[in-house]
Amino acid sequence: MRTTRSITRGIRLGAVIGSLGLSLALTSCGSDTAPDTASDTSSDTSDSTSSVTDAAEADGLTITDPWVKAVDDGMTAAFGTMVNSGDTDVVVMSATADVSDMVELHETVQNDDGSMAMQPREGGFEVPAGGDHELAPGGDHIMMMGVTRPLEPGETVTLTLTLADGSTTDVEATVKEFTGADENYQDGEDSGMDMDEDSGDN
Amino acid sequence: MTPTPRRWGRRHVLHSGAAALGGIGAGWTAAAAALPDTDPAPPTGGTATGTSGEAAPPLGGRTVSFHGPRQSGVATPPQSHLALLGLDLAPGVGREGLTRLMRLLSDDAARLTRGLPALADTEPELAGRPASLTVTFGFGPRVMREVLAGRPGQVEDLPDFATDELDEAWGQTDVAVQICADDPLTVTHARRMILKDSRAYARMRWVQDGYRYAQGTVPDGTTMRNVMGQVDGTSNPVEADPDFDALTWSSEAGFTGGTFMVVRRIRSEMETWDKVDRAGREAAVGRRLDTGAPLTGTSEDDVPDLEAVDADGLPVIDPASHVALARSTDPGQRIVRRGYNYTVPDASQPTGEDSGLVFVCFAADVAAQFVPVQRRLAQSDRLNEWVTTIGSAIYAVPPGAAEGEFVGEGLLT
Repeated sequence: MRTTRSITRGIRLGAVIGSLGLSLALTSCGSDTAPDTASDTSSDTSDSTSSVTDAAEADGLTITDPWVKAVDDGMTAAFGTMVNSGDTDVVVMSATADVSDMVELHETVQNDDGSMAMQPREGGFEVPAGGDHELAPGGDHIMMMGVTRPLEPGETVTLTLTLADGSTTDVEATVKEFTGADENYQDGEDSGMDMDEDSGDN
Repeated sequence: MTPTPRRWGRRHVLHSGAAALGGIGAGWTAAAAALPDTDPAPPTGGTATGTSGEAAPPLGGRTVSFHGPRQSGVATPPQSHLALLGLDLAPGVGREGLTRLMRLLSDDAARLTRGLPALADTEPELAGRPASLTVTFGFGPRVMREVLAGRPGQVEDLPDFATDELDEAWGQTDVAVQICADDPLTVTHARRMILKDSRAYARMRWVQDGYRYAQGTVPDGTTMRNVMGQVDGTSNPVEADPDFDALTWSSEAGFTGGTFMVVRRIRSEMETWDKVDRAGREAAVGRRLDTGAPLTGTSEDDVPDLEAVDADGLPVIDPASHVALARSTDPGQRIVRRGYNYTVPDASQPTGEDSGLVFVCFAADVAAQFVPVQRRLAQSDRLNEWVTTIGSAIYAVPPGAAEGEFVGEGLLT
């Protein structure tokens, strides 16, 4: 895990989110995620409640309707609904993929100036017991940078999610063409690796 | 007009969510089910409860199962609206590309026919009223010959017919997608999803929109009328007929449950048709305009008596009339017709519009069942003076897909 990442390293992408997501989602997303310090505390509580069982967190986790936006190269993202059928909260801490060497869990937040930005989600994605957590354009998503080969519509991409207890679950995501964000992903390619926010949407 | 009694009801409608789920699995063609009780906002007009306590489900909630051994949209009683898409595969798209395309499109169809949004659907609210949506896929002769060489279900190009005046704009394509539903917005959304998910591998050549009576306008099972005013589609084979399966479904190994689709775009020459009086119109077809009955009968389903003569010894039904030539003494020369009217703007026409019939039919053996009939019609049908075929195409319609499979999987893998 890259625990030293700072939130200010988030990629500015008002344009990316605008084209990836529904414009309606932006306002609700911004207000929901504005208190982004909450995520750290929530993962702590889930750790304490799950410690009494030997069952792996991943046992109860499924991803409904996983899909990845088709790209030739550069950046893309995976979406879907994470469903936790277990009776303890789980937290997805990281992800890997067979077509990208740099995969991050991202959230979308509103900057002070009102623009939207995505940034690594500190503390991972919590999926409450018996509940779900949606990954969608304009909201939380799994960011895949430096895609190693063209992702063709209709093929599948394998992602592996790692949960807080170290258990993992594989996801077969369908590649779909999705009109928004083509040029923005490509523009964001350089900044996606380790640059600062000012190069994200040049 | 008195509705003609038919041998089948239009659709079975189940009322509870549990029953609906059972119906989806059990009845894969004409059977239908009401959506489970998840519809967020049923229209108030559609939920009236009768004294029996049975609610009449809104039309929009009706579903026809996409999955099954045969594709839907063939034996399915025709819905009110059609969008028939003709797609050409992009250069270089072969078996792998077609596989990916069919996987995507089958997934779209499986979800949308259930009233669920497609994967990555940008307008999910448009998916909630399936209105008996069906999506039916066919492969053209080039695809079968080149991409699926050696596989069952091979199909030959249609022969030339003497009276055709074909416009390539409506010609043969690599793939056909027949989208039908009882609501035009449902068709529009399905069509958009299909086209969006096609563009990586195929290009749209034409869309043939069509319409029949809206649901509720006439009793279920009423034969449609075409834009020329004729009852069109009489004595069509229906699923309950003993010979329906043999007429419709292929029994070729590896293609069992498949069929073949013929698409003909038939323009009606309304300007000249307008000059024909009622007697002339009925003589050209050999049927009465009011009831659709043959000129020798009194009701639509009466069998035309081609031997009958009038007081002057002349045939009551002209041997060159449409009905005389379209009928055959060979019961094997029958097809399942599933046509739709079309009307589109056309500045070259005096009225500013072009209208006619998107003739769609299905047959297990087109060469044996359709071609001989069409040859007779092309040769001497009196109706030819007022109708012109401007588009023609044929497709192999693969067997249906089981849940989790895609249409064409058996041919592509």
